[in-house]
Amino acid sequence: MPVSCSAKCGNNAVLKRPKTGDALCKECFFWAFETEVHSTIQGGQLFKQGDVVAVAASGGKDSTVLAYVLKLLDERYNYGLKLVLLSIDEGITGYRDDSLETVKQNRDDYEMPLTILSYKELYGWTMDEIVEQIGRKNNCTFCGVFRRQALDRGAALLSVDKVATGHNADDIAETVLMNVLRGDIARLRRCTAIATESEGSIPRVKPLKYTYEKEIVMYAYFKKLVYFSTECVFAPNAYRGYARTFLKDLEKIRPSVIMDIIHSGERLSVRDNVRMPTRITCTRCGLVASQAICKACTLLEGLNRGLPRLGIGKESKTNRMRAQLQSAEAASDSAKRSAGDEF
Amino acid sequence: MTGKDGLNLLIEFSGGAELLFNKIKKHNVSLPKSEIPWTIEKLLVWIKDNLLAEKPEMFIQDDSVRPGILVLVNDSDWELLGQLEYELQNNDNVMFISTLHGG
Repeated sequence: MPVSCSAKCGNNAVLKRPKTGDALCKECFFWAFETEVHSTIQGGQLFKQGDVVAVAASGGKDSTVLAYVLKLLDERYNYGLKLVLLSIDEGITGYRDDSLETVKQNRDDYEMPLTILSYKELYGWTMDEIVEQIGRKNNCTFCGVFRRQALDRGAALLSVDKVATGHNADDIAETVLMNVLRGDIARLRRCTAIATESEGSIPRVKPLKYTYEKEIVMYAYFKKLVYFSTECVFAPNAYRGYARTFLKDLEKIRPSVIMDIIHSGERLSVRDNVRMPTRITCTRCGLVASQAICKACTLLEGLNRGLPRLGIGKESKTNRMRAQLQSAEAASDSAKRSAGDEF
Repeated sequence: MTGKDGLNLLIEFSGGAELLFNKIKKHNVSLPKSEIPWTIEKLLVWIKDNLLAEKPEMFIQDDSVRPGILVLVNDSDWELLGQLEYELQNNDNVMFISTLHGG
């Protein structure tokens, strides 16, 4: 027996919405999905008339749906945006090279200019080369730190006003969980923010913050949007995977859990006497940092000096390693100088 | 043709789920005759025994699909159709879409 659409439009429903439990037909689902993203954008005042917005595009479902729906809403509600695509090529053979083809398809389908920036251009290393140095245990640290900064650099290069990322409700809930598990209070406090703005960096916005992954996939399916899906060839060891499985198991029992976790994150307040890292700018690259030398520069220094573990672990450990390195260098410099004096 | 005579189905995998099925997205299959009607629950066992190429735990968990894999029958969410208990009809199109793969 077909179920009829909860909106009483007379059509048969095609899906059950996880967030509300409503059964909707295709057209009513599209409308609900798009209207919710619109109200998220309006409620969070994510854009201004005339903004140039870079959509961080990976070729995956989230960024493909984001690019599509932003274009549609911009036309429907006259946001007055100029939308461009920005992709980061981490240099992962068999993963990113294929998905970038999908981004090129997005560029043609949605008529948006595309810029691709590679880790190789930005940092001198591909992820494949980094994995060769560090192995498969901490490689996601490099990739995540570099990607965040690569988007900032790309956004500055394109002189855009905002960067829109495809983070969905499931991603945010997962991040809340991970920050709880790691005891990372600073990130826990800011990870649910719909827009992040800090001194000297271009604001990031998350228009799909309240959109369930299931609905993104259903939307892409019913709209026949082309996206690329694969597992990162290095990802199986990532901590995030465990948080994700846990969340999906919970969601099966109680679909509202995703919104509930986001809500918990949003409502959380941190006592005044909890010490927070202050955000400063990196003395090397000038981008936002929580230490004198930012994580990306530290990781890069480690790679370039043949000490890939330099930026892994606690800050105090990094400082100790760096101090040892400097005293060893000073010793070898003075040895060279005194050797030079003899001749 | 009813469940008792066997069924022809189109089974599809996408969103990354096809990676567990030798990257083949579309499978035209004929299910054998059965005294008990073919439900999705029974189909999952059949898929595990006949189509699944690797890592069964990435597709099936606790006799159902792994949480995060969406199921559509003739383009309708299986959550509207009784999920595991849905009785398959001849020429049904059953689609499995993974949401667990990134971009």
